[in-house]
Amino acid sequence: MNNLQALWRHRELAYMFTWRDIRIRYKQSVMGVLWAIFMPALIVGSGALVRVVASKWSGKPLTVQDIGSVLVRAVIWSFFVSSIRFGTGSLTNNYNLVTKIAFPKELFPIAAVMSSFFDFAIAALVVAIALPLLGISFHLAALWSIPLLVVTVMLAVGVTLILSAANLFFRDVKYLVEIFLTYAIFFTPVFYPVSVAGQWRSLLYLNPISPLLESISDAVVQGSIPDPYWLVYSVVFALILLIPGYWLFKQLEANFAERI
Amino acid sequence: MSAPVVLRMDHVYKKFTKGERHDSLRDLIPALTKRAIKRLSSPPELRAEEFWALQDVSFEIHQGEAVGIIGHNGAGKSTMLKHLSGLLLPTRGRIDVIGRLSALIEVGAGFHPDLTGRENIFMNGSILGMSRSEVRRKFDDIVAFSELKDFIDTPVKRYSSGMFARLGFAVAVHMEPDILIIDEVLSVGDNAFQRKGVEKMRSILKGGATVIFVSHSLRSVADLCDRALLFAKGRLLEDGSVTNVIHTYMTRPTTSEAAADTQVMIESVAVYGTDGPRYDFTSGDKALVEIKVKALRDSPRVACVLMLQDEHHYDVFHTSSERLGHQSPDLRAGDTFVFRFELTLHLARGNFHVAVGLYRYDIAKTYEPIAHAGTLFINTDTDVGGIVNLEPRVMHADHAETPTASIEWAQRP
Repeated sequence: MNNLQALWRHRELAYMFTWRDIRIRYKQSVMGVLWAIFMPALIVGSGALVRVVASKWSGKPLTVQDIGSVLVRAVIWSFFVSSIRFGTGSLTNNYNLVTKIAFPKELFPIAAVMSSFFDFAIAALVVAIALPLLGISFHLAALWSIPLLVVTVMLAVGVTLILSAANLFFRDVKYLVEIFLTYAIFFTPVFYPVSVAGQWRSLLYLNPISPLLESISDAVVQGSIPDPYWLVYSVVFALILLIPGYWLFKQLEANFAERI
Repeated sequence: MSAPVVLRMDHVYKKFTKGERHDSLRDLIPALTKRAIKRLSSPPELRAEEFWALQDVSFEIHQGEAVGIIGHNGAGKSTMLKHLSGLLLPTRGRIDVIGRLSALIEVGAGFHPDLTGRENIFMNGSILGMSRSEVRRKFDDIVAFSELKDFIDTPVKRYSSGMFARLGFAVAVHMEPDILIIDEVLSVGDNAFQRKGVEKMRSILKGGATVIFVSHSLRSVADLCDRALLFAKGRLLEDGSVTNVIHTYMTRPTTSEAAADTQVMIESVAVYGTDGPRYDFTSGDKALVEIKVKALRDSPRVACVLMLQDEHHYDVFHTSSERLGHQSPDLRAGDTFVFRFELTLHLARGNFHVAVGLYRYDIAKTYEPIAHAGTLFINTDTDVGGIVNLEPRVMHADHAETPTASIEWAQRP
């Protein structure tokens, strides 16, 4: 409880770190804010390619919904990946502050997720403009994406808290994370819906981000209300990562300055 | 003392480990296996690479006090501060902090090279615990204090290190914490800037804040603090008035254990005034430096080297017994010998470190390297600055018309 109070007292600092991370990312860069769109655009590009090839191969025509779905999934996925990638190194990259000044250190992974969320917001805006252009109209069910995004952020913060602390003690964690993230896209329904997996779909759903991607995409593109069954799993998973993860982080924090 | 306690350390111990830890999983896994096997064969014991960085440290600090922390490098000063600020947790013992504490362990620690001076002021202000509105309110003062008005929108990576430190210091001194911890940060910038820093510190103290101040500059400790704590090898050796503690620090024999190959060692170094041992002198006083040496093995032609250094450890003066025409003695194993140097201290106001060493001139052999042995505090009757006191006098104005060369020296008052 004291920890949460301290965190709340330092909320301005969280804002400052987020702002700093965003500021630095776009400073001295040619593309500037376009970077926020670049990563998801790459994923969308390859996703569309995969879908085109798949539809040629299976004979099923590619629909506008399919492209819209890839768009939505891609921006969320790239938010999730960049949160983890950026968050894992967030403590070690701030070596000076970790060893010299005392304040709640979870601000670093949290700020890493928040600054990735800023990029996501830009990309999401582009998607919001693109969808009606593709002919996908706004459904009321799309509002479901807001609580679902909250769960996604919780999941990202939980993962990042644990990985950032792990990387502080063991520097090779970030390489493992890199490798894992590179292959993770094969086990995540980003390019394709879960239904592709047929009877193996439960296996795909075990990845806690899968139900979220699936539900958000369905809510926004098809206007369907999410299936609570696997979503509960995601929420529980996020809470399990977040609450014991935060507790673990605070336990380890005492050793940060010494062991970094 | 009636003021409430704001900081308390109660029998604090801290264990550190020397050498490298395993910081990759690749190293950890074999190490763990090795340890597991070891544990099976022998019971766990205090490992050789461990040592106490703090040992049984207890003290209380009351509100409004200014406390100086002194000790040689590695005495545990910074470790202690990191415990007070909550960066490190003690292995054993208890630490209580009551109030808003700000620690300046390093100036500009939170600066990011790519951000401008302005952005870094806001960033660093928040890191040190100021709210954004607070920083906004103090922004102009901070910029004025740092004297960097023209460069405030330049990224700090383009700053010189002096500019960088000035900006960091400016942000730091504009906090208004209940308890302020300062570790050597007053030593940034040129003389004028340092004076400004000390003035600012005084006004912070007047505001009722509690200040804990670590510095190797004993003069600034003596200037700012009323009380001091002396640390050595992780222990709190003395806690008392700043003059007493500084005196202990200066007169404490540096008990250096003789290395295996030592031929002749310095047993003690003492400084005497006309009326006994002392370390504070007035410019122009005579001082006697007495160096007692002991030969562990036969040591021919031992000469004693004496050196004075200023606060920044620049050489001010050096000589040696042999250079002064004294015959260097041939010492037999077990012999003791005393060198005495009489000095006239024509020095300006300041702290001067005395360093001594032992040397053999004919074969250029160092018996004992020159090492710090004490510090002299010099005061002056007249207002002179710099390193030496040339004992200046102002001549009568009516000599202005007379050519300088023809001024009769006898006319001097």
